[in-house]
Amino acid sequence: MKKFIIYNISLLFSGFIVGQEAVINKKDTTKLDKVIVLGQRKLSNYRQEKTLSSIDDYLEKANKVTMIKRGNYAWEPTINNMNSDRLNVTIDGMQIFGACTDKMDPITSYVDVSNLEKVSVGSGQTGTENGHCLGGGIDLKLPVSKYFESGLKTSIDLGYETNGNYKTGGLDMEYSSHAFYINADGIFRKSDNYEAGNSQEILYSQFQKYNISLQTGFKLNENHTMDANVIYDKATDVGYPALPMDVSLAEALITSVTHNYSNDSTFIKTLETKLYFNTITHIMDDSKRPEVPIRMDMPGWSDTYGFYNKATTTINKHKLALNFNGYYNRSLAEMTMYPNDPNQPAMFMYTWPDIRTLYTGIFAKDDVPLNENETLSTSVRFGYHNNKIAKQVGLESLQIFYPEIDDTKSRFLTSIASDYTFKKKTYDVSFGLGYGERAPSVSEGYGFFLFNSFDNYDYIGNPTLNNEKAIEVNAKANFYSTKFHIGIEASYFYIMDYIIGDIDASLSPMTIGANGVRIYKALSNATIFDVYLNSSYKFSKTFAVNGTLGYNYGKGSNNENLPLIKPISYLAEISYNTTKFNAAIQLEGNGNQTNYSNFYGEDETPMYGILNLNLGHVFYTNNSKWVLKYGAENIMDAHYSTYADWNNIPRQGGNFYMNLSIVLP
Amino acid sequence: MKFRHVLLNLCIAVFAVSCSTDDNNDTPIINEIEGLLKIQEISNATHTIEIFNTAGDFKTGYNNVSIRIKDNATSNYIKNATLSWMPMMQMPTMQHSCPKSEIAKTIGKETVYEGFIIYQMTNTDGSGWSLTVNYAIDGTDYTATDDIVVLQSEKQNTTSFMGSDNNRYIIAMIEPNNPKIAINNLKVGLFKMESMMTFPVVENYTITLDPRMPGMGNHSSPNNTDLSYNDEDYMYYGDLSLTMTGYWVLNLKLINDQDAILKGEDVTETNEKSSLYLELEF
Repeated sequence: MKKFIIYNISLLFSGFIVGQEAVINKKDTTKLDKVIVLGQRKLSNYRQEKTLSSIDDYLEKANKVTMIKRGNYAWEPTINNMNSDRLNVTIDGMQIFGACTDKMDPITSYVDVSNLEKVSVGSGQTGTENGHCLGGGIDLKLPVSKYFESGLKTSIDLGYETNGNYKTGGLDMEYSSHAFYINADGIFRKSDNYEAGNSQEILYSQFQKYNISLQTGFKLNENHTMDANVIYDKATDVGYPALPMDVSLAEALITSVTHNYSNDSTFIKTLETKLYFNTITHIMDDSKRPEVPIRMDMPGWSDTYGFYNKATTTINKHKLALNFNGYYNRSLAEMTMYPNDPNQPAMFMYTWPDIRTLYTGIFAKDDVPLNENETLSTSVRFGYHNNKIAKQVGLESLQIFYPEIDDTKSRFLTSIASDYTFKKKTYDVSFGLGYGERAPSVSEGYGFFLFNSFDNYDYIGNPTLNNEKAIEVNAKANFYSTKFHIGIEASYFYIMDYIIGDIDASLSPMTIGANGVRIYKALSNATIFDVYLNSSYKFSKTFAVNGTLGYNYGKGSNNENLPLIKPISYLAEISYNTTKFNAAIQLEGNGNQTNYSNFYGEDETPMYGILNLNLGHVFYTNNSKWVLKYGAENIMDAHYSTYADWNNIPRQGGNFYMNLSIVLP
Repeated sequence: MKFRHVLLNLCIAVFAVSCSTDDNNDTPIINEIEGLLKIQEISNATHTIEIFNTAGDFKTGYNNVSIRIKDNATSNYIKNATLSWMPMMQMPTMQHSCPKSEIAKTIGKETVYEGFIIYQMTNTDGSGWSLTVNYAIDGTDYTATDDIVVLQSEKQNTTSFMGSDNNRYIIAMIEPNNPKIAINNLKVGLFKMESMMTFPVVENYTITLDPRMPGMGNHSSPNNTDLSYNDEDYMYYGDLSLTMTGYWVLNLKLINDQDAILKGEDVTETNEKSSLYLELEF
């Protein structure tokens, strides 16, 4: 194992050295374009409906992404109906893992739009640039260095929403010269309880957070730049109405230093080396709940150290991208329960018994145009993954269930994907095949009595699980005419050793009122299928309609429906856009959730449809730019919840919002 | 004062070390009561009986006891005694003893003897018990007796009960000494009260085990095993899994060699606790 690390570290440095050498190879100077399957969109470019919308709101707009909601804050992204265990979510290529055993702190909750430049989402095996996944990858990209000589630039963002009395304020300052830049920004968000339709107050849905970040860079010379980035994010008093506990603190410190090399005349065109560290503290408590069966504290910690080294080059027509990366994560979570009988001592256990994960791997991608119309893109990732239970107590507590286990477990992970695209002016088709593997998450492998309020079961991790594997087929076709566009995209996943909780009737649940205990086991296989139909029609330059229709399906080899599979969904929008004004009205909804999974704790969520209206203006004064966005969400004040709302917690009712951004030069 | 102690000890230590290095044939002086605390001394005219255990107190339940006999004349510890003992509880109208082991020389030691006593009850102020030690040295019999203090353990680590066969039994937890979140080795002693004075070991019964946490919905834990008899040390052994720290009730049922339940019931929704149980807290 150590050898492997040393090997990879030396690879890292050798890559660095190669990059330094000025190998002259002037064949092709075009840089590798990023190929983003689901799309990549710049944040805070004032084109969104709400400039200050959270990353969660932003992500939710992508076709294959759905956010699981446990409240009004920290939504958990899913791609292709697969949740965070099956995704690889990174911040600018940095691995970072939530510290909550109940998934109350997805990574997306520790950054804010102000920190990021764009989000790139890769479906299935196209999301493996930074790590292994089955469902896809989300990379939250930090801004790239900007040596614009634009001097000081300030922008102010203010937002207010009526529902929940939600206030947002942000300040961003940036200074850049030809060889130095610095950017500082801060954002504060605070919301009271929101109201569902019919003015029903949703208790414990409040939240408050602030986020500050500092990024700076130096240009050492034409080819070398150095960047440093620090993000500090702190949420306090976050309510989770769908859960029995709230969060009194969710705190993250995310730091990195990056060296960038770029030279068109060398063999290695670009080389990016990053060293990073991040630490998360997450304190779950129930002190605000008046009545609980038992008081408890559930703090968790997650620290990650890592590096990556990304290189791009071109050989003949092949555009190659390489990524060596590695990380070391420590996940620890504990639970202390205070019996109602004061004579009894507190009860204590490790719910994540200090699990150390070491990963190191290599990714390579090749894009090659076969002819004018055809391109073939192939990627592979190989990795070594090792888990260790660092606490003897943790090992012994898991040995209660698995007497034979050792404190370490190593795996090799493979991911291969290939994509063929045929593109003409009026249509394009693409076809992809992929195979991927992933290691079980810390909770799936080592969780100890993790209560899941969704199905009301306690979950026990299973250190003996095999890698979960998926074969993936996807296809896409688009047809364009001057005014009309129609496209269809579909993905099919055949997942082997699909990890999911299985009821063990012989076990007695720890949580008071729980239905029983589920052990993470593997179904021999499961299938997930999704298909989306997109179309748009432009009446004129300014006036357009577009619509999306989606269908998803998921079933396990036990003939049970998989949980959290999206029912039929639709979105229709009429929009009007000029450079200084935009308006849109949206109809969004889901059909009846007929294929719900009773077995995994779901009930049938009825259909819903909501209507939104948004408007935007841009004004210019002598030396500033003002962007005003306002609108109404859920205009009809519908009382509804979706299939992705934990325990059917109802969503926001009617809401008016207004965002104002002022950009000063 | 303290400094002088330290200095003295240091001198002794240096002296001891120098002794052993000077002469290889001499066995090194080892502290035979290391890790033990003195509970009490019982004296007679010729000897002082020193009684130790790891806690320094007698408590209800299982007590592992170490004994040394000091010759009052020479202050030497006796190496060749044979011992027996008789703990006795004085009740208002009668007296009775309790389960106890033989006393044997501690393995690897020269002057320390060892055995156990299981006090099944005590008075609230710790009074009522006396201990008589009978011993013989070189063919001469001696006896020493005195009152002892037995404190009440906080948790029920022993219990005495009437079985459905009209026999009175005593059950006591011996291990785990330091319970942990793991599968613990549970060791229990089972004795029958044949008379006020005799408590023989009960052989080849079965004791079922169902640990529960009453403070948390009375949940159980997995992979426990029932206790079975071990004829090498006359004790009962089983696996006890404890999934978290806190207060646990070990619900038991005593089943004799004819599969008849002598005491205890299953824990159910309506029956929170067996009538036969032990308690544990960590």
